[in-house]
Amino acid sequence: MSPVAPPRSALQTFWENLLAVPYRLRDTAFRGGTPNTDRTRSTFVFGNVFLHLHSVRTHRWSLRWATTAGLGIASLAAFLITLVTGVLLMFYYKPYPDVAYLSIKDIHFVVPTGRLIRNIHRWAANVMVVTVLLHMARTFFTGAYRKPREFNWLIGMGLLVTTLGLSFTGYLLPWDQLAYWAITIGANIAQSPREITDAVGVTGWFDPGGLNRLLLLGSDTVGPEALIRFYLLHIMILPLMLTALMAVHFWRIRKDGGLARPADADARVETPEGPVYPVFTQLATKTYQLAAIVKGKTSAVGKGPEGTVPSMPHLFYAEMGVLMLTVLACVALALITDAPLKELANPAVPENPAKAPWYFLGLQEMVSFSAFMGGIGIPTIVLIGLGLIPFLDREESGTGEWFGGPGGWPLVKQSMWVGLISSIAIDAFAIRFGWLREWIPHIPQLVITFINPGTVLTLVYALYSVWLVRRYNSTRAGALGLFTCFLCGFIVLTIVGTYFRGPNWVFYWSPADWPKH
Amino acid sequence: MTTKAREPRSRLDPEPIARRDFLGLASLWAAASAMFFATLGMLQLPKTAVLSSPSKKFTVKLPDTLNPGEPFIPPGRAVALYKDASGGVYAVSTICTHLGCVVKQTTEGFECPCHGSRFTSDGEVTKGPAPQALPWLKVTGSGTSVTIDEGTTVESGTKVTI
Repeated sequence: MSPVAPPRSALQTFWENLLAVPYRLRDTAFRGGTPNTDRTRSTFVFGNVFLHLHSVRTHRWSLRWATTAGLGIASLAAFLITLVTGVLLMFYYKPYPDVAYLSIKDIHFVVPTGRLIRNIHRWAANVMVVTVLLHMARTFFTGAYRKPREFNWLIGMGLLVTTLGLSFTGYLLPWDQLAYWAITIGANIAQSPREITDAVGVTGWFDPGGLNRLLLLGSDTVGPEALIRFYLLHIMILPLMLTALMAVHFWRIRKDGGLARPADADARVETPEGPVYPVFTQLATKTYQLAAIVKGKTSAVGKGPEGTVPSMPHLFYAEMGVLMLTVLACVALALITDAPLKELANPAVPENPAKAPWYFLGLQEMVSFSAFMGGIGIPTIVLIGLGLIPFLDREESGTGEWFGGPGGWPLVKQSMWVGLISSIAIDAFAIRFGWLREWIPHIPQLVITFINPGTVLTLVYALYSVWLVRRYNSTRAGALGLFTCFLCGFIVLTIVGTYFRGPNWVFYWSPADWPKH
Repeated sequence: MTTKAREPRSRLDPEPIARRDFLGLASLWAAASAMFFATLGMLQLPKTAVLSSPSKKFTVKLPDTLNPGEPFIPPGRAVALYKDASGGVYAVSTICTHLGCVVKQTTEGFECPCHGSRFTSDGEVTKGPAPQALPWLKVTGSGTSVTIDEGTTVESGTKVTI
C-alpha cells in the first residue's frame, strides 16, 4: 500500500495563485511573451491594438530626420493634446449665448488650472495648423504624393480642410466679438453664391447660398441655434471625421509600403551596426495574400528586411520624442501667452478692424475683393488644383528626394520668385489704384466677381505652371511650380492681412499709423 | 407528388435567374433604397420649419430736431432713418451686403469696418466688394412714431409721408 499524498488544500492554491497574479497579468497583457527580443517585439507590435497600425519593421530611410522632420507625428500629437484639453474644457463650457462668454471667463479666472488648459488647447490648435501645412509641403516637395500614394494625398487634403474647420468652429465658441462677427461673416460667405444667383436673377427659385446659411445658423439671425450647431461641429462631427480620415491616412501609409523613399534607399542609408545578411538569396516571385497567390507590384513583394530596423523600439522612440517636443512647445507657448478673449459679443458694432485668426487672413484678404470668389470660388479651384497634382504628375524619377533631385531646387527657387512677385504686385496694384468699381462705377457685379485680384492671381499661377510644363516638357515641373506659387500666395496674402490692414480694411504700413478714435 | 417535366429551354431564351438570387438581390435593393430614403428624411431635420428669430418689426420715435438728410440710428439697431425736407421718411439698412457687418456712419455715407466697402447715404455702393446697394426697408407709422420692418425691403427711393 503506497502512501497517499496529503490532499492539497484549496487555501494553499489560492495563496499561490494570488502571489502569481502580477506575473500572470504580465503574461496575459503581452500575448507573445515579454518584448525583449526582436521576435517578441515584433509580435508585440503586431498583436497590440494601439500599435498595430505600425509595420513591425521600419526602413532606416523613414527614420532619418530629413525624411519627414516628424511633422506628421507632430500634427497627430497636437491633435491628441487638443483632444485631451478639449474634453477637460467641456466640464465648464456652456454652449449658450447668455452664458458661453461667462463660462470662458470662469475657466480663465476661477477654475484651477483652467487658464493653462485653455491656453494649451488654443496653442495646440495653432501648432496643429502649422504642422499640418508644413507636413503637406514636405509631402509635396519629397514627391511622396506619387503612385501608389495619390489617394492618401486626397485624404490628407480632407484632413487639412477638417483641421481648418475645427479651428474655425473653435474660436466661435467663446461668444466674444471675434466669435460673433466670425460666425456672421462665415455664414455670409456660405451664403455668397447669392452674389451669382442675384446677378443672374434666379435667387427667387434657386438659392443654394441661402440654404447653406440657414443650415449653418438654424435661423436667419446669429443666435443660440447657431452656437449649438457650431459647438456640435466642433466637439463631435469634425473630430469624428478627422479621426476616421486619420485612420484611413495611417492605414494607407502602411499598405502603400511605408513612407516614400528613393528607389536606391537601401544602398544610401548608413550601414547598420551588427551583422547584416540578405534574407532572400533569390528574388521572390510571389507572395500569399488571403491564401491566393499574388504577383505584381504590392510594395512588399520580393523585398527582404534589409535596410530596416524593428519598429519597437526605434520608431517608437522617435515618435515619443516628437510627441514630447510638441507637448513642450504647446505648454511653453501657453505659459508665455494667454489665449485672447475679446469683449462680449455686440451685434450692433463689429470690431474695427474685424480680423480672423492668422490662418484665415489670406482668405480674408481675398474675400475683401469678392465674397464668392474669395471665400468659395478660389478655395475650391485651389483644392481641385492640389487634388489633381498626383494624377497629372505621373513621373517616377526623384520620388522620395527633396525637390525631386537635381534641377528641382533651382526650379522651386524660380517659382518662389514668380509666386512672391506676382502676388505682391497684384495686391499692391489693387491697393494703390483700386479695382474695377472705382474706375467704372456702374460695372455689372458679375464682372467684379469674376475679374478681381484673387482670380487674376490664380490665373497667373495656372498659366505659369502650364508654361513650365511646356518649357521643361515635364508635368513634374508644372506641379512644382504650381504648389510653390500656392504656398507663396498664401504667405503673402496672410502677411498683408495680418500686418498691413487696419480699420475698414485700409492698407497701412504700420499699426502705429491707424487713425485714433 | 408528381411534377411535370420542364420544357427544354431554347438556346435563344435568356438564362433564368435563380429564385434565391432574385430574392437576395431584391432584398439588397430594398435595404439600399430604405437607407437612401431614411438618410434623405434625416437630412431634413437641421432645416427648421419655423425660424426662431426675434420679430423683425420695431417702433421708434423720430427725434424732433432731425435735420433733412441726417441719419438717425436707433440705439442697438442696424437701420438708418431719414426725414427729407418735404417730410418724407425712409429707412436704409446698415447691414453690409457683402458679408453682413454693420456699417459705420461717416461724413459721406457709410463705411464697412470688415472689408472696406463704402456706400452713399442713400445706400449706393461707391467702393469695395459689396455686390449690392444697402436695401431700403418698409416704413409705416403716424406722427413721429414710425415702425420699421427689417424683414421687408422696398424699392430704393421709396419715401413715406407720415
